Amino acid sequence: MDFNNTSDFVSGFWNMYVVVLSLVSVVGCGVFLLIQDKAKTNAGNTTGHVWDEDLQEYSNPLPNWWRWMFYITVVFSMVYLALYPGMGNYAGSFGWTMRGQYDAEMKKAEELYAPKFNQFLQMDVAAVAANPEAKEMGQRLFQTYCAQCHGSDAGGASSFPSLKDSDWLWGGTPEKIKETITGGRTGIMTPKGTKPDMDGEQVKDVVHYVRSLSGLSADSIRSQRGKDLYPQACAACHGPEGKGNPDAGYPNLTDKVWLYSSREDSMIETVTKGRQNQMPPFGEFLGPAKVHLLTAYVWGLGGAKGEAQPAAAAAPAGMSGMEGMPADKK
Amino acid sequence: MLTHEQIEKNVGWMIVLTVLIVSIGGLVEIVPLFFQTSTTKPVNELVKPYDPVRLAGRDIYIREGCYNCHSQMIRPFRAETERYGHYSVAGEFVYDHPFQWGSKRTGPDLARVGGRYSDQWHRIHLLNPRDVVPESNMPAYYWLDRPLKEPNIGAKMEALRKVGVPYSDEEIAGAAQAVEGKTELDAVVAYLQGLGLALKQAR
Repeated sequence: MDFNNTSDFVSGFWNMYVVVLSLVSVVGCGVFLLIQDKAKTNAGNTTGHVWDEDLQEYSNPLPNWWRWMFYITVVFSMVYLALYPGMGNYAGSFGWTMRGQYDAEMKKAEELYAPKFNQFLQMDVAAVAANPEAKEMGQRLFQTYCAQCHGSDAGGASSFPSLKDSDWLWGGTPEKIKETITGGRTGIMTPKGTKPDMDGEQVKDVVHYVRSLSGLSADSIRSQRGKDLYPQACAACHGPEGKGNPDAGYPNLTDKVWLYSSREDSMIETVTKGRQNQMPPFGEFLGPAKVHLLTAYVWGLGGAKGEAQPAAAAAPAGMSGMEGMPADKK
Repeated sequence: MLTHEQIEKNVGWMIVLTVLIVSIGGLVEIVPLFFQTSTTKPVNELVKPYDPVRLAGRDIYIREGCYNCHSQMIRPFRAETERYGHYSVAGEFVYDHPFQWGSKRTGPDLARVGGRYSDQWHRIHLLNPRDVVPESNMPAYYWLDRPLKEPNIGAKMEALRKVGVPYSDEEIAGAAQAVEGKTELDAVVAYLQGLGLALKQAR
């Protein structure tokens, strides 16, 4: 895309219009100053008008410093219009453009930072995660691009997963984390799962059964009835044992981590209305080097499951906001 | 030749010459902008007139004074483009009447907020920003979760058509139906999610 045009008038008229008006007004100011310098004043240095019998107005010349400032302004304008764009389509002898200045700034930054980014891009995620400098860079990137949803401490919030615990909706390996950041994720729970004809009571039964899976308080009779509904309504995604499937983003129902609160009313809402949420893709916006650093940072937060823990970055586990909440009450 | 005295004593001349002098700046700097391709034509085919729901959302954005704290104008500096994305260009705002560039950033710039967060995030955040960003000082707009009342949306679109937004008759006829059953929150989220998509992938 070309945004370089300092002007792209629809017709040549507007070029001339700008040039003529600019020049006439600048030159006109200079000429006017000269004329005023030479103008003779009346005897006694007054304008010659008399109001209200004897009221007169002085017509003294401007103080010199002031007069010269006007001349300097006129000269400055002419020089400026010769060097910088301003006269219609004339680009100015410096060839300055806003885009050019921006590109130069980006190029300078690229020269400064690219070696560092590329150095980390060559290393594997575990090594990057163990590097204190990379961790600092990753943290800054995280605060800029990720903290709005996942929290400045990466602890998440209701509807937005904690990245500090060992529970991963879409898998916690470096490859999976990178895939999530790059392409984004869309998590959909269909209303009433795969059994859309459930009535309100049945939804409640199934909720109580699911609560029993992770040791939340549950009505045993409802739970028993829900157990019979579960295979039809939920097992297709969450698995026969409720363990979920991180390859498809289906959450594990047997652990203590609840994305949308573990309160009974919230769970009933989840089953009744379904849920839909999205992690937007960041791959194109951030580029591979930043995604790599963020992957390492997130993986290094200590939640990495089934992977060697990066020595430098083991954070205390089980500190996420969701887990900190008493399981049953608010 | 007009003399000082003549101008000063003749109100008609005084008015004409004063208006001429004070309008030169605007005549040179503002008027030609209406005759430039980059300021009057969409920058690419992704810039489209707001659909009825987004238009209604935009009106709520203005009603709630969002522009008081949020700009919609990414300047061409690295510090801004690293955070927000490609800098804003005039051709992105040709259907904005009036544009929402703003001039104050108590909150972040929103020119490219479209697609940056999920719909769910926006809903939670608008109703109570602290639920997702504990450090936020943005007010809670908890009243937005109420039915959208836009009986005149078609008339608004017709007015916009008069100033050059190419709405078709069918779009205007179907506008009232399009906003039916929506909440104000739906409309604002739809508006925000459409912001800045035209150059989202450009670097």
